[in-house]
Amino acid sequence: MTAGAYDEPRFLPAGDAALTVELGDSVDPVVNRRVLEFDRRVRELDIPGIVESVPTYRSLFVQYDPGRTGFAALVDRLRPLVPAGDVPATGRRWVFPVCYGGEFGVDLDFVAEARGLSPDQVIALHLAAEYRVYMIGFAPGFAYMGGLPPALHTPRRASPRLRIPANSVAIGGIQAGITSIPVPSGWHLLGRTPAEMFDLARGDDAFLLAPGDLVRFERIDADTFARLEAGGGTIARQAG
Amino acid sequence: MGALVVQDPGLLATVQDAGRFGWQRFGVVVAGAMDLFALRAANALVGNGADGAAIEFTFTGGRYEVEGGPVRVAVTGGAFAVSVDGRPVAPWRSFTLRPGEVLAIGPAPDSLRGCLAVAGGFDIPPVLGSRSTHVRSGIGGWQGRALRSGDRLPLLPAAAGGELELPPSALPAAPDRLRLVLGPQDGHFGEEAIAALTGGSYQVTADADRMGYRLSGPALTHLGGDNIVSDGIALGSVQVPASGQPIVLLADRQPTGGYPKIATIITPDIGALARVGPGASIAFTVIGLAEAHAIRRAWDAALAGVPDLLRPALGAGNLYDSERLLSLDLIGGPIPD
Repeated sequence: MTAGAYDEPRFLPAGDAALTVELGDSVDPVVNRRVLEFDRRVRELDIPGIVESVPTYRSLFVQYDPGRTGFAALVDRLRPLVPAGDVPATGRRWVFPVCYGGEFGVDLDFVAEARGLSPDQVIALHLAAEYRVYMIGFAPGFAYMGGLPPALHTPRRASPRLRIPANSVAIGGIQAGITSIPVPSGWHLLGRTPAEMFDLARGDDAFLLAPGDLVRFERIDADTFARLEAGGGTIARQAG
Repeated sequence: MGALVVQDPGLLATVQDAGRFGWQRFGVVVAGAMDLFALRAANALVGNGADGAAIEFTFTGGRYEVEGGPVRVAVTGGAFAVSVDGRPVAPWRSFTLRPGEVLAIGPAPDSLRGCLAVAGGFDIPPVLGSRSTHVRSGIGGWQGRALRSGDRLPLLPAAAGGELELPPSALPAAPDRLRLVLGPQDGHFGEEAIAALTGGSYQVTADADRMGYRLSGPALTHLGGDNIVSDGIALGSVQVPASGQPIVLLADRQPTGGYPKIATIITPDIGALARVGPGASIAFTVIGLAEAHAIRRAWDAALAGVPDLLRPALGAGNLYDSERLLSLDLIGGPIPD
């Protein structure tokens, strides 16, 4: 059993129309994989009365219609679906082109100085890692990713910026992320991808990333960024 | 094609339906009307279905006109000072607004928020399954934003129907105390905190909007830390940051958050909170989940039963009643249309 995972899932009422199923109390890939597998099983069964489920780092939030089901009935349906042990990772693998520094990543130099590195070392470390999407939240399509190398862990800005651009490749504390719409944020901007993380015109595929997905980055220059952005289409590649 | 033209949106007016469910896993906010009874009643009064979208306004409803022909409209949510070309019209009833007339909605003594529904509904494409507006993310409603003066909202064709009213006996009674179900993280607090939450009263601070109401009152002390690993947030969730001052999360709540949530206000009582604003005093009482479900099911039945309670509108407010006729100069010429 992994650190941070509970021996038994906790079914917690969240008002008259929702419950939270906690599988652990920490940010941990094993716990999160179990949450995502639990979510997959719940969705596959299409349990009557469940309106939607929201997988988070360590719990599954379940919105239900109390006119169609109840707390005890749902717990009875859900309990057998909680994965007992570790489950294999199932996410898609993505490669996102990123233009680092300059106007694309205005905090690259700050992060380098704060961590005692050169900007190129920061970029090399960021490129060398593989990131895992733990959950989507904060803003539509904003992916909270783990896997940031410890050498790049940098506390968030004391004063958040009021607006950072969409598709910014950013880091905050121990986490990495890609923004999907312009948002206020205290995260540090290392670069930007020409891939549109969120586009309503894509319909059910409006959001590129889903929890469990694995993400790597590849470096591009400003000219390539401009060419890719102008070309449109699917810029992020799914690999492997 | 008909349209509703915004002359003045008031403090904040947005298009809202019952909310955008199914996309919280992608970080998309549910949004939807703050007062679901007001939305349901407004839709029913103009013959729209339960999933119809209305304009939710704040403090005052502002001023509106119609283009393209007469259309039935209704204002609900409180005793708003509704008028057409200066002639008073009752809230909680439908009436006909004609091109050239100006509908004005002033404040209500009993509510901060109300709904304006138009027969047929707005010809606005649903985004991710809903016409609700979430302003912060720019999703849904009219161009993803609050209404502005000069906006022209196209209307869908409406079926013919009479002018209806909701009898006063059908209006929701405001509970003395908002009812809470403990959890999901009541285990992060001791009995003292739960006693403080239900023993005293809280004031709604100026930091109160569609996303949530920050309250001021007895501090709620955490047993452990004031941070948890971010998890899902329900409508009515009472989260407690380090200050110990609770925040109630409402229609525009973010789908996930990292403060412990001591309790959750039951859905049927959310409208009562939506009707009050900064400075209001509120109190809480804890009920069990079984009781919460019984109240919720009765409330669902009441919402579904609203269309059956409507009756033909009579008396003050009917634009062709004696008040209106008396207000016209009958000697000076023919009765204008």
